[in-house]
Amino acid sequence: MVRVLYDDVLRIDPSNPRDPNRDRAILSKGHGCLALYALLADRGFFPLSELDGFCGSDSILGGHPEYGMVPGVEASTGALGHGLSIGVGLALAARMRERSYRTFVLLGDGEINEGSVWEAAMGAAKHGLDNLVAMIDYNKLQSYGPTDYVLPLEPLADKWRSFGFAVQEVNGHDVGALRTVLKQVPAVAGKPTAIICHTVKGKGLPAAESNADWHHKNKLTDSELDAIRVAVGDF
Amino acid sequence: MRNTAMNMVHKLAARDERVLYIGSDPGAGTLRAMSKEFPKRHLIEGISEAHIIGMSAGLAMEGFVPYVNTIATFLTRRCYEQVAVDLCLHNLPVRLIANGGGLVYAPLGPTHQAIEDIAIMRALPNMTVICPCDADEAARMMEQTLDWKGPIYIRLGKGGDAIVSKAEHGFEIGKAILMRSSGDVLMVTTGIMLQRALAAADLLAAQGIRAGILHMHTVKPLDTAALLQAIRGTRLLVTLEEHVPSGGLGSAVAEALIDKLGSGLPAMLRLSLPDRFMHNYGSQDSLLKKHGLSASAIATSIEHALAASHTPSPQLHST
Repeated sequence: MVRVLYDDVLRIDPSNPRDPNRDRAILSKGHGCLALYALLADRGFFPLSELDGFCGSDSILGGHPEYGMVPGVEASTGALGHGLSIGVGLALAARMRERSYRTFVLLGDGEINEGSVWEAAMGAAKHGLDNLVAMIDYNKLQSYGPTDYVLPLEPLADKWRSFGFAVQEVNGHDVGALRTVLKQVPAVAGKPTAIICHTVKGKGLPAAESNADWHHKNKLTDSELDAIRVAVGDF
Repeated sequence: MRNTAMNMVHKLAARDERVLYIGSDPGAGTLRAMSKEFPKRHLIEGISEAHIIGMSAGLAMEGFVPYVNTIATFLTRRCYEQVAVDLCLHNLPVRLIANGGGLVYAPLGPTHQAIEDIAIMRALPNMTVICPCDADEAARMMEQTLDWKGPIYIRLGKGGDAIVSKAEHGFEIGKAILMRSSGDVLMVTTGIMLQRALAAADLLAAQGIRAGILHMHTVKPLDTAALLQAIRGTRLLVTLEEHVPSGGLGSAVAEALIDKLGSGLPAMLRLSLPDRFMHNYGSQDSLLKKHGLSASAIATSIEHALAASHTPSPQLHST
C-alpha cells in the first residue's frame, strides 16, 4: 500500500518537500513506519544510509515517524486515531485555500477501534471532502489477535458508507488493482473516499503471515533470519 | 469575559484571514455576526473534541490560526492526547478558548468544573497557559494571541467579573503585572482571584498589614523574574488559585523559587481548592467562599500565617 501510494500516486517532489501544492500523506498507523522510511529514502527525501540508524539514539528515524525529524513526514503519529482528523484539517485547508492537493491517510484496522476515527469520518462527510482518502489496511489482525475477536469491525464497508464515504474494496497486495483504485479518487464527487485494502499481515513470509505472535517481535533466531532472507530474495 | 473573547475572535478574523473559529456545539448564536460575515471561517463541528483538536492541527499546519472553543473540561480532559500530540508535539498555533475555567459551572457539578486544567495544560511542553482576570484584560490578551508561536490554553472566567485590570498596565504574554507594590505579604494571583486579592489587601491594610499583588495572568511561561523581584522584602508569599493544589499556580511558583533560590525559600502559603472533586453546587462565588477563597477568608488565612510565623523576616534575594 505504501509502495503504490508513494511511487505511483502521490504528487510529491523530494527536492521541494514543502511545496504547498504537494499531496499530503499521513501514516496514521505510525507503527508501520519502516515501510514509510524505506519509501521516503528510496524517493530521495533522505539518504538511504539513514535506514541503518533506525531507532538509534541519534537517528532521525524512530519507532514512530516524527514531523520535523523526517523529511517527507507530514505529521507525527504513533498514538492511534489521530491521523484522519489531521487529514480532515489538511483537506479542508486545501478547499479554503483553493489548492488542488489531495490528502491520503493510511489507517490500521485495529486503529479504527478508536472513536475519534469515526468523529473524523463524520466531519469529513459533513464537509464533503472529496480531496480526502482514507486507506484502511484491513489485515484482520491487531495486537492481541483477530480483529473479529478484539472488537469486530464488520460490516466494515457498510460502516464507512453509512458515515458518508464512497467505499472501494481492493486486494491490498494487488499492485495493479490498488494503483487503479487510487488513481480514480475521488470515487464519487463530493464525498470522501475510503479504500478498504484487504491484506495479509506478514504477507510473503510464511512464519509471519497472519501470526499475531509476530506482531511485536523484535528478537529473531538465525533460522527466522534465514527465512526472511529467502522470502525477500523471492521478490 | 467570554463574550469579549468571542467578539475578539471576530475582530481578529476581520483583520487576518488566517483566523478561524471552531466550536463544538456552543450555545445558539455564538459568534452569529462572524458566521454571517465570514461563514467559511466559522466552523461548528459537533461534540467531537478529539476530532476537532486534530482537525485544528491540520488547519494550523496549513497556516491557519484556529480558535477552538468549548467548555474547559471538554477542551482538556476529553481530548488530552490530541492536545499533547497534535498541538503541542507539533507546536502549532491553535488557541484553546476554555469556557468556564474553575468553578464557573458550579451548579452543573464535577463533570463541568475545571479544577485541574491549569495543571494538565502546563505540564505539556510548548503549551502556554493564560488566565485573564476580567473582560478588559481578555481583550488585551486576545490581541496578543494572533502571532504567538505554539498553542495557547486560555482559561476564561464567568463573565461579568469586576473590571480591575488597567489599560496602562498593558498586556504581554508571559509578563506578570504588579498590581500593588510588595509589602509584608505578596499575593500572587491568576484569573479572577485577582479581584479577591485586591479586596483582601484592603482588609489587610485595615489591620496594618501591607500586601502586594502580582497578577500572574500567564501561568506558563511563568514570569520568574517578576516573581523574584516582587518577593524582595516580603515576609510571606501567598498564591491564590481557583484550582486544586497540585500543579497549578502555587506549584508553578514553588517550582520556580526552588529552581532559582534553592535554599532560603520564603515562607509560603498556597491557598487553593482542596484536592478533591466538588460535590457541592450553588454558585462559583459560594463554592469559593466555602473553600476559603473569599476576600475575607483570604485575609484571615494570611493574618493567621503571619501570626504563626515567629521567624524573623527572611532575607529574600532575587539572585
